[in-house]
Amino acid sequence: MKKQLTRDKVLKIIQANGCSKERLLSILLEIQQASGHNSVDEEWAQLVAEQVQMPITQLYNVLTFYAMFSTKQRGKFVIEICKSTPCHVTKSDEIVKMFGDELGIGISETTPDNLFTLMHTGCVGACDIGPVAKIGEQVYGNLTRKKVADIVASYREVEQHGYDTAANLL
Amino acid sequence: MSHMNDADPNQPITVTIDGISVTVPAGTSILEAAKKVGISIPILCHHPDLSVRANCRICIVEAKGQRKFKTACSTEVWQGAEITTNSKTIREARKTVLELILAEHPRECLECIRNGSCELQKLAQDFGIKEVAFTPSRHVGELPIDDIHLAIVRNPNKCVKCGRCVEVCQEVQTVRAINTAHRSHRYEISTAFEKNLEETLCVSCGQCVAVCPVGALYEQDETAKVWAALDNPDLHVVVQTAPAVRVALGEEFGMEPGSIFTGKMVAALRRLGFDKVFDTDFSADVTIMEEGHELLERIQTEGTLPLITSCCPGWIKFAEEMYPELLPHLSTCKSPQQMFGALVKTYYAQKTGISPEKIFVVSIMPCTAKKYECARTEMNDSGYQDVDVVLTTRELAKMLKQANVSVRDLPEETFDDPMGTSTGAAVIFGTSGGVMEAALRTVYEVVTQKPLGNLDFTVVRGLTGIKEAEVELNGQTIKVAIANGLGNARSLLEKIKEGQVDYQFVEIMACPGGCIGGGGQPFGTTMAKKHERMKAMYQVDKKLPIRQSHKNPSVVTLYKEFLEQPLSHKSHELLHTGYASRNIDKEVKQ
Amino acid sequence: MVMTRQLISSNWGNIQPESVEEYAMAGGFAGLKKALSMQPDEIIAEIKTAKLLGRGGAAYPAGAKWEQLRAIPHSPKYIVCNGDEGEPGTFKDKMLLSQDPLRVIEGMTIAAYVFGSQDGYIYIRGEYLGIQKVFQQAIDNAVKEGYLGSRILGTDLTFNIHITSGAGAYICGENSALLNSIEGKPGYPRIKPPHLAEVGLFSMPTLVNNVETFSAVPTIVMEGGEKYLSYGTPDSGGTKLICLSGLSRRNGVYEIPFGVTLRDIIYGSEIGGGIARGKKLKFFHIGGQSGPCGTPDQLDTPYCYKALKSAGLSAGSGAIVVLDESVCIIDYLKGVTEFFIHESCGKCTPCREGNQKVHDILCKLSNGMAVEQDIALLKRLSSMMTNASFCGLGQSATVALDTCLKHFAEEFDAHLQQKCPAGVCFEEQERVAI
Repeated sequence: MKKQLTRDKVLKIIQANGCSKERLLSILLEIQQASGHNSVDEEWAQLVAEQVQMPITQLYNVLTFYAMFSTKQRGKFVIEICKSTPCHVTKSDEIVKMFGDELGIGISETTPDNLFTLMHTGCVGACDIGPVAKIGEQVYGNLTRKKVADIVASYREVEQHGYDTAANLL
Repeated sequence: MSHMNDADPNQPITVTIDGISVTVPAGTSILEAAKKVGISIPILCHHPDLSVRANCRICIVEAKGQRKFKTACSTEVWQGAEITTNSKTIREARKTVLELILAEHPRECLECIRNGSCELQKLAQDFGIKEVAFTPSRHVGELPIDDIHLAIVRNPNKCVKCGRCVEVCQEVQTVRAINTAHRSHRYEISTAFEKNLEETLCVSCGQCVAVCPVGALYEQDETAKVWAALDNPDLHVVVQTAPAVRVALGEEFGMEPGSIFTGKMVAALRRLGFDKVFDTDFSADVTIMEEGHELLERIQTEGTLPLITSCCPGWIKFAEEMYPELLPHLSTCKSPQQMFGALVKTYYAQKTGISPEKIFVVSIMPCTAKKYECARTEMNDSGYQDVDVVLTTRELAKMLKQANVSVRDLPEETFDDPMGTSTGAAVIFGTSGGVMEAALRTVYEVVTQKPLGNLDFTVVRGLTGIKEAEVELNGQTIKVAIANGLGNARSLLEKIKEGQVDYQFVEIMACPGGCIGGGGQPFGTTMAKKHERMKAMYQVDKKLPIRQSHKNPSVVTLYKEFLEQPLSHKSHELLHTGYASRNIDKEVKQ
Repeated sequence: MVMTRQLISSNWGNIQPESVEEYAMAGGFAGLKKALSMQPDEIIAEIKTAKLLGRGGAAYPAGAKWEQLRAIPHSPKYIVCNGDEGEPGTFKDKMLLSQDPLRVIEGMTIAAYVFGSQDGYIYIRGEYLGIQKVFQQAIDNAVKEGYLGSRILGTDLTFNIHITSGAGAYICGENSALLNSIEGKPGYPRIKPPHLAEVGLFSMPTLVNNVETFSAVPTIVMEGGEKYLSYGTPDSGGTKLICLSGLSRRNGVYEIPFGVTLRDIIYGSEIGGGIARGKKLKFFHIGGQSGPCGTPDQLDTPYCYKALKSAGLSAGSGAIVVLDESVCIIDYLKGVTEFFIHESCGKCTPCREGNQKVHDILCKLSNGMAVEQDIALLKRLSSMMTNASFCGLGQSATVALDTCLKHFAEEFDAHLQQKCPAGVCFEEQERVAI
């Protein structure tokens, strides 16, 4: 996989957010987003720890405590299916199967082309339109088999054409 | 209960605990108040020398008018409180909490290193646990054991997540090699990125081991190596014992903390089969000779000051990792343990005609970092590994029990010559301020050429984390500082780094209280026990006929016959060393 | 009586959220202007009269909280807004933050005036990254127009609001954990006392209130505490944003005056409109995952803190999850427990281990492997967790379970006999029986 982040880029992200402990989560989220594989590599964790003056064990504690972070590389697009009870009763289990059928993967798995990872997530605050899937900052609700297929197709298109976002395609 | 903080701190508070009235100062915890009336509320995560975490929830009690239970360790008493520690409700709730811990714990006590000294085992016993109603939710016993570190082994399967080790490493020692990670059922105590301890900034001080209530952290057991050496008829096995061992070993055999066990310890070591029983205190006197002269030389030639002591390997590693720019301040003297090893395989070998490759040196230490120290690659100036194996106080006790030695019934015996005679100055090496005082007792007479009237430098004594003093030396004022515990050392070093202080001589010991509180001492060490051990050291010192290192006749002979004089070429070859910056992890210095 | 009232939701969809001009035209910042002409203690008195109870879930009286902080002599004091909305079934703060951010800013600024604070923090959950950007724009616009920053509206008041992000931890909705999170630490809750009013953010005195609570403050200042109180009931002043989700016909956020009944909410034509697909209500889960479950015969309970409490229910965050006969109680409770397992911080024994054991037993029930003693074990676990957990998460993780054990005991018994009334568990066996 092409390495998207460099030391300079990471330093810029830290500076842009403000190099302080209050900005730590924002910094790490942005590094994760910019990594191309939705995770924070150890190399960048060490750099952030150095910059905000935090022992690496404390930074690792933060990285592993908050559910949005991953220290293991994931797909370019992480599909998060909410499994909280309001979505569960609107059959989120079936949505998992639908995505699974489209992509050929199960929960916590990544497609062979490293494009998609399928995950469960906690409530994302869209309970009125359950069942819900979140990809990056986009939240898709009232899902059906057709919508699931359309979503997957649109992200494949984003990847193919190098678009910034799938928002306009759906 | 915010009204608790409104209490006048000077007003005593009267509460009832299990119907018994007790009056205590404001700010007293329920736990402490209960002790005063003979009630021992059970605890697990609590430790008297650490801050309160209140996360095990074993010490829960009921308070009248409160819906939820209170944890006795973290709750201060309030006027008129009615506490119940022993109702059916509370006993059942506590038992449920304990059962939940036991359900996830490998219950193989008979094969565990803490069999008989485990705090969880004691709780299960005291609670009368007959069965655990819960089946494990995680796969118990399947986590990998981290045992490639030279000094410390981590078995996360046995961790009860009390957090004491994290507290000690993060807040007290400020090494920060381990921390909590993840959350929920994955909550664990580990290194960053699940590395082996070997790959972290761990300095082997073993304070984590010292506070662990169970068998999740322990020292590398090297007793098998020592048995093999003792059973090998071709080897001449020699043992040295650190000063802090003799005032703590007795606790492993039921003696009160601070019992002076020297004579029986020597006899016991002979029963194990050591060919010679020597005393690290001998080489502590040598250390004073070398370091005292080094101090004078630096003062006279305006060398790098302050001179900082170097007998503590935990401190050395800490300096190499966190303060490499201050390495020039370190004394080039090796520790007494390492000086001993180098001398045994040269001086003693030559004196006796025994070939050094047949000499096996064992060292009994209150310390886990000494295991790391003896294996440092540069520690072979004799031409061989100077010290072959280090055993902790606990490991020695284990060997003695395996050998059926009834230690308490043994007669008092004395160390062997030529490396068994020592002084009061040497024995106090084991407690914070001891190295400083020993050095001053010699340096004073070397510089003034006058006898020192009062040998007791009480101003440098005590377990306080940072001490400062001024000593008059031939019309010159020598400013000294002493730190014990690496967090305290760090504060001092920051000041030295910033040039805010002008000490000439600094003593640093990694463990709180000094070696008497080392990572290899009997489990259950507390500040209170350290106080007793410390008192014992000064008692031994007071009673010894010779209390100054330069007056040790065996040391005088050593220089006459072998080393010539302090800081000689031979001394430098065998007894001095160098250090290296280990700032390779890109860790941040605070 | 009125079923809904737009006190704090009037701007939703009607203004450009970040536009100071449009907000002001709709009456925005009038509260702040009035507050700046009042004494801080007068403002606190109005909030007390208004009986504004914390809208995040804990329902602590805001007036009392503000009064306690006012009495603390130290400074600086920080204003912190809890925007970590992580309670499943709750999505009202999302609306406030994205549709009317300047109202939240106005409420925080009034608090800053009362306490002489110069810095405020709004903690917005990491899942709302897009909303954080909108909110930052609102802050920037407010500063530009003199409603935030230095010398606000020409007075001595200087106040800046900083956005800090969460990153996926429901426990950070607990106020002390939230402050730890702002300080760059994991969200483990703190030992209390000392309370946050004394030792809060960066160890300084701190006010922490929910987004909705701050949103109500400008209205209370403008209309007066008595008027605000009169919109609700004698114990619960004003309005509440409630969130309907699950199997209701019309899921969504509604602003209701306290006093309407649960029946009005779930079946009222202006609100829930009944159960989707013509099904019957079996139960509802009210207040959040940590709230109790209610039954159809509790539908006439007025929605206000006192009445709900008397009925063994709770307002909590405002969430109401509506559930019909297709939902199995055991299966539902498994989902609730899985939520708490996922969100437990892990440091205390009762919550870290207890939730897992509860889940294990619920799984046994849905697999047909449970025995009578397992029900007793569930009760033992629940009692211990409720009374011995370190913080509110563990203490209330089994509230739903407790209420279901009480109201739906027969469903537990049925599963002991390997029968599932909703037809969710034992599907294989059902088919075999046919």
